[in-house]
Amino acid sequence: MPNTLYDKIWNDHLVDQQADGTALLFVDRHLVHEVTSPQAFEGLRNSNRKVRHPKLTLAVADHNVPTTDRSKGISDKESKIQVDTLEANCKEFGVKLFGMGDKRQGIVHIIGPEQGFTQPGTVIVCGDSHTATHGAFGSLAFGIGTSEVEHVLATQTLVQKKAKNFRINVEGKLPLGVTSKDVILQIIGKIGTAGGTGCVIEYAGDLIRSLSVEQRMTICNMTIEGGARAGLIAPDEKIFKYLEGKPMSPKGKNWENALGYWRNLKSDDGAKFDKEVNLKAEEILPMITWGTSPQDVITIDGKIPNPQNEKNEDKKNSLERALNYMGLKPNMAAKDIKIDKVFIGSCTNGRIEDLREAAKILKDKKIASHVHAMVVPGSGLVKEQAEQEGLDKIFVNSGFEWREPGCSMCLAMNADKLKPEERCASTSNRNFEGRQGRGGRTHLVSPGMAAAAAISGSLDDVRKYQN
Amino acid sequence: MQKFSTLKSIPAYLPIVNIDTDMIIPKQFLKTIKRTGLGKNLFFEMRYDDKGKEINEFVLNKTPFNKSKILIAGKNFGCGSSREHAPWALLDFGITCVISSSFADIFHNNCFKNGILPIILNDDKIKELSEYANRKEEIFVDLNEEKVIYGNNEVRFKVDPFKKKCLLEGLDDIALSLNKSKKIESFEKDLKSQKPWIFND
Repeated sequence: MPNTLYDKIWNDHLVDQQADGTALLFVDRHLVHEVTSPQAFEGLRNSNRKVRHPKLTLAVADHNVPTTDRSKGISDKESKIQVDTLEANCKEFGVKLFGMGDKRQGIVHIIGPEQGFTQPGTVIVCGDSHTATHGAFGSLAFGIGTSEVEHVLATQTLVQKKAKNFRINVEGKLPLGVTSKDVILQIIGKIGTAGGTGCVIEYAGDLIRSLSVEQRMTICNMTIEGGARAGLIAPDEKIFKYLEGKPMSPKGKNWENALGYWRNLKSDDGAKFDKEVNLKAEEILPMITWGTSPQDVITIDGKIPNPQNEKNEDKKNSLERALNYMGLKPNMAAKDIKIDKVFIGSCTNGRIEDLREAAKILKDKKIASHVHAMVVPGSGLVKEQAEQEGLDKIFVNSGFEWREPGCSMCLAMNADKLKPEERCASTSNRNFEGRQGRGGRTHLVSPGMAAAAAISGSLDDVRKYQN
Repeated sequence: MQKFSTLKSIPAYLPIVNIDTDMIIPKQFLKTIKRTGLGKNLFFEMRYDDKGKEINEFVLNKTPFNKSKILIAGKNFGCGSSREHAPWALLDFGITCVISSSFADIFHNNCFKNGILPIILNDDKIKELSEYANRKEEIFVDLNEEKVIYGNNEVRFKVDPFKKKCLLEGLDDIALSLNKSKKIESFEKDLKSQKPWIFND
């Protein structure tokens, strides 16, 4: 029987299956960060359990770390305790950690691929919903809760039920100025934030195949915003080339054997999908979110929706609530939305190609005088690479702040946050109420669109700035 | 884990769709290294004003809903971040049952690890049950029978049999999985010979 890529990875990791379908799945790679792990390590300690495979586990502090000068450590007391706790736990249980002073430190979903820890055909978990990012490598990667983190630490397995197969095909070529961020925003707008609930999404089609490795990560990253826990893409030569020679990638004979296995990782012809959606790349435009859910998308040429046109009472109420929170009026043009801040970074758009895309727009330009803008590279290595290419100078010359790596204002757990009613064009992944700071207003955009907004001082069309 | 079998309470009704885990417990409370003590910060931004004063109109600040053990809410409850702090905050507040027409996957899973029962019912039944919240009348949840009893009516719900067993008996699923150690060891042995690169040996 023909199988999907998800079926194949699933079958390859089955340790046990009960009659009711509950399965025990082997976990090849476990990423750990400071926010969702302390209670899990504490649980191990209380039960006298060990980490079963410390070598399959990699830890980093990213959510709480300051993005300004780190020489004096973390000033927030609680953040410091959490980061110190991770360090102590890693030492006690023998888990490898990239500390705050290590240049390999960065956002957990950026360092996994960077180090070659992320590999095709593996099951990868992390106590973080954006773990789906790693699906770009053809791995089954998903976010778990802290109890499950403890379960994986203790057993290197996870109790799971099989999800449904959902395929999203994107065919064609993207218009100039349109990026993979716009593709995923368009997809979420189409399927809704619960559209993928209970499913694993495979992204396919010639547009997806034409994307770079990093662009694919942006798409898989936001799969959770469509309700699916995991999104994946069949790995190809681009992926193998990206991984070759990375510090934790297989070496020598192992590399040859791994390649042989990886090349077979794709859905069979005729494999059955429970759900399928098709998009034409040519029809995708630069997108923004206007509301407080990632499904609240319009194109940059569009207008803010009018609740009066909505017949469904629940939807109407939720539109009104979102407009009220966002401080927007119905039918207003997207380009008339004035912004206060710009944030470029996060596990969605904090990689080198994202920074290049924004820098290309910002070169020899100044940001609007009322805008406060910052770039937070996804990792120390991304930062180093960008500095070698002189991107930091382009950002600084245009008026951006150039920061140290971390999650930063994507979730505002550290000092980087919006004040009430401040409005931000952000390359992150969530525009929830209060996400970037209490009362803060978030518009999700691509890195190029964030750069365009910084220059114009309002949400703007990146195509205007294309050479 | 705390067991769940039956529950009787006046439900609190929060008619908002897509309640995300950032709303349930905002990030400033994720800096804790404990599981307890989060109840006072549950729905923090809806519950308190800028000065930290309780907002009287918010349902969980009103009597008798400040003692509700059952929360009824709009669809796609618990979407967004995987933070288990969300069910921890509900539990610490005293809510051990959430009723919605749909739940986000990770939140749904996290509930079962913490003795909380998430119940999926269709929108019509949600509307009927919300009337009990409006009238401040109790409803009764029976996990073993998989039904909610309200007035002279009842409605059946479905729960995954394994999750139901764990909840009814308060089972520690790590211990259950460790009972399968032989199977895990044999899987690892095969993995080492078939895909040695996984262990980087």
